[in-house]
Amino acid sequence: MREVAIIGIGCTPFGEFWNKSFRDIFVEAGIEAIKDACVQGKEIDEIVGGNMSAGRFIEQEHVSALIADYSGLASLHIPSTRVEAACASGGLALRMGMLAVASGHSDIVIAAGVEKMTDVSTQAATDMLTAAADREWEGFAGATFPGLYAMIARRHMHEYGTTPEQLASVAVKNHHNATMNSKAQFQNEISVEAVLRSTMIADPLHIFDCSPLSDGAAAVVLAPAEKAREYTDTPIFIKASAQASDVIALHDRADITTLTATMSAASRAYKMAGMTPSDIDFVEVHDCFTIAEICAIEDLGFFEKGIGGKVTEDGVTAIDGDLPVNPSGGLKACGHPVGATGIKQVVEIVQQLRGEAGKRQVTGEVGMAHNVGGSGGTAVAHILTR
Amino acid sequence: MSVASIWRHIPSRYNLAGTHCRTCGKYYFPSRTICPRCRRDGKMEEYLFKGTGKVVSYTVIHAVPEGHSGQVPYILAIIKLDEGPRLTGQIVNVRLDGVEIGMEVKPVFRKLGEDGNKGIIYYGAKFEPQ
Amino acid sequence: MIGIVSYGVYIPRYRIKVSEIAKVWGADVQSIVGGLRVEEKSVPDLDEDTATIAVEAARNAVNRAEIDPLCIGAIYTGSESHPYAVKPTSTIVADAICATPNLTAADFEFACKAGTAGIQACMGLVESNRIDLGLAIGADVAQGAPGDALEYTAAAGGAAYIIGRDPNQIAVEIEGMFSFTTDTPDFWRRDGASYPEHGGRFTGEPAYFKHIVSAARGLLTDLNAEPEDYDYAVFHQPNGKFPRRVAADLGFTSEQIEPGIMVTMLGNTYSASCMIGLAAILDVASADDRIFMTSFGSGAGSDAFSLQVTDRLNGIRNGAPSVSELLADKEYISYSTYARNKGKIRI
Repeated sequence: MREVAIIGIGCTPFGEFWNKSFRDIFVEAGIEAIKDACVQGKEIDEIVGGNMSAGRFIEQEHVSALIADYSGLASLHIPSTRVEAACASGGLALRMGMLAVASGHSDIVIAAGVEKMTDVSTQAATDMLTAAADREWEGFAGATFPGLYAMIARRHMHEYGTTPEQLASVAVKNHHNATMNSKAQFQNEISVEAVLRSTMIADPLHIFDCSPLSDGAAAVVLAPAEKAREYTDTPIFIKASAQASDVIALHDRADITTLTATMSAASRAYKMAGMTPSDIDFVEVHDCFTIAEICAIEDLGFFEKGIGGKVTEDGVTAIDGDLPVNPSGGLKACGHPVGATGIKQVVEIVQQLRGEAGKRQVTGEVGMAHNVGGSGGTAVAHILTR
Repeated sequence: MSVASIWRHIPSRYNLAGTHCRTCGKYYFPSRTICPRCRRDGKMEEYLFKGTGKVVSYTVIHAVPEGHSGQVPYILAIIKLDEGPRLTGQIVNVRLDGVEIGMEVKPVFRKLGEDGNKGIIYYGAKFEPQ
Repeated sequence: MIGIVSYGVYIPRYRIKVSEIAKVWGADVQSIVGGLRVEEKSVPDLDEDTATIAVEAARNAVNRAEIDPLCIGAIYTGSESHPYAVKPTSTIVADAICATPNLTAADFEFACKAGTAGIQACMGLVESNRIDLGLAIGADVAQGAPGDALEYTAAAGGAAYIIGRDPNQIAVEIEGMFSFTTDTPDFWRRDGASYPEHGGRFTGEPAYFKHIVSAARGLLTDLNAEPEDYDYAVFHQPNGKFPRRVAADLGFTSEQIEPGIMVTMLGNTYSASCMIGLAAILDVASADDRIFMTSFGSGAGSDAFSLQVTDRLNGIRNGAPSVSELLADKEYISYSTYARNKGKIRI
């Protein structure tokens, strides 16, 4: 298996875009990535697109063909595949794209992610997201997605003394980072008090503890490492691409505050890269809810189980801290167009490693991206270096 | 969910019917055909759970998806049944601030929801403090 | 021999005081409470309905005497608030108590005597040896229009009785029954209407009193019995006044009827009314005690039963909650919560 590099990136702003359709946004991200990679359409061997639920959000399946078609590539009959793992669809798309290049089967592959969530009502969207959980045994019993993560938070608070203020500090940090990200959905500072005063969604999670519903798309262009410099002076190399599954229902997880899929994907990734957590300089994690970031930094091996809230409150994971977490602003402040997030995280890592992150630039050689599906049924981890 | 998929799980929702693997002794709710531990070596038989258990975690849900509106706020919990498996369910007959991790509960028969006012009504187990 | 093999009751936890309702409508609390002789009534939770109540009552009946549900050959649920206009409550009960699939089932409607009609139907199937055990349930989430007199008393509850013929199982023998039925439109609800209508004072003499008295006297005559032959008597309880008056009219004393008067702290549970009253008596009665029960359903009819407790009742009594335990487990709610729970606020 040969090494794979990222030679181009593209990402739309994330937000609520009444004037942009599903087709508009993936084309926007795709064109940006292709231009950045300096590739021609006819050089593209394959497309892999991550998308959770176009079938329900916009009543459209066969998204693979739609993406190829509206990218102008259907006339070249490029193989196009849509992959789905709920909120990890983007990370999954990158892994599948990476495998196509690594295996030697394809040379130039586009890995993209797209979701258009705001055409339906908020209530309808909330119900559609419940499909990431166990519909029959969680959703049908009255569980909502925030409700599931709220139960993780409640247990984490019970076992480790994590406080609502510590949860809120995740959102505060990510909003701060996003003030320096022109593509983020929210670019305003918020305070811990504002989080705690905001509407309660599922106790103890307030609305400001939850990532929003968003539209957005992101894309990366992959090439074999040995050819990368034909296209770019700043190739970024995928040192590890790992994926793990786990039980789909939160109630079946051995310890509900530990996402074993994250631990498994992470350990596979570290092994592939020949690294340990201490080698990672900065990381984009899956903060669909504030508690999710706390569990992520513990389960990825950066901090002991239980202290994730405290270290965030103490600033260890701030943009100028020892281990910057979510320098982009994370899902909370950038927005979370479900299928796109996993690719957008990698776009951020690439920008950071290239030194193109402007005011939110962090220092470091090794970046990691962590993408989760549902309450932990899937986890994908990527490690990238210059 | 469709009428057929709702009907199919009546034994599990009404009576907490699950399965028990005779090979390794583990209990499963809802029913599984394959024992995750033993896989094809497992011998699964039907089992009716007593329904008593303890609260592992809980939340009070204030914002809801379609189909459940009108019932907020309500208490959602993960409950560990006495025989071992856990399930997700609502807790009733208790104040919103009256639930604690570790609290013992038992099942009651309640309406889970309805498919609008012309569709079917679906019932199942919720839980109350013992 | 034919009789009751087990019984079970369910009363939702929530209560609203009659005075609370009266205050909302600007009525004189004293005259309402004094006139009706009802102080509070039960209110179902948002996720309770006649089916959930019927299931809980039936489960209590099955558990009380450790009945094998597969021996139940018929289930009849009587109510005027079945959740569906078409699709029986009895099949929901059947699956929920694991009695399916080899049994017959149907739903009954006869205003407040639908439950006792179910008992009679079970008696027929059991006595004719067609089935071994029959389950009859009276359950209701009674509705009274906001501001109407019925609102003060319309309550929620259910009672389930298992009928059998095995002398080793019978806890209460049914010695005799007598029914009196005429076409009398004292209280009704048209299909699609949210709340029932009633004939005001017409619901008294020509309806409640005529039918109960006729059925009761008919049974007493048939059995050659007198009111003083009985230890207890229980009648349908739409309020606290009617059952006491009809008892006096028939010659029953307050000692005989007070143990079965549940309406004061429960309200009128419609199809479950006298069946819950009977259960309260069974919770305390002794072997050989005789009990006289007469139901009343608007439309109109009464079913009278003469019962005698056997020495088996004592052994099964503690297998399920008693009526007094269920009445004592309560939480008060305000009118606004009550209105929301009972769907009076159309969302």
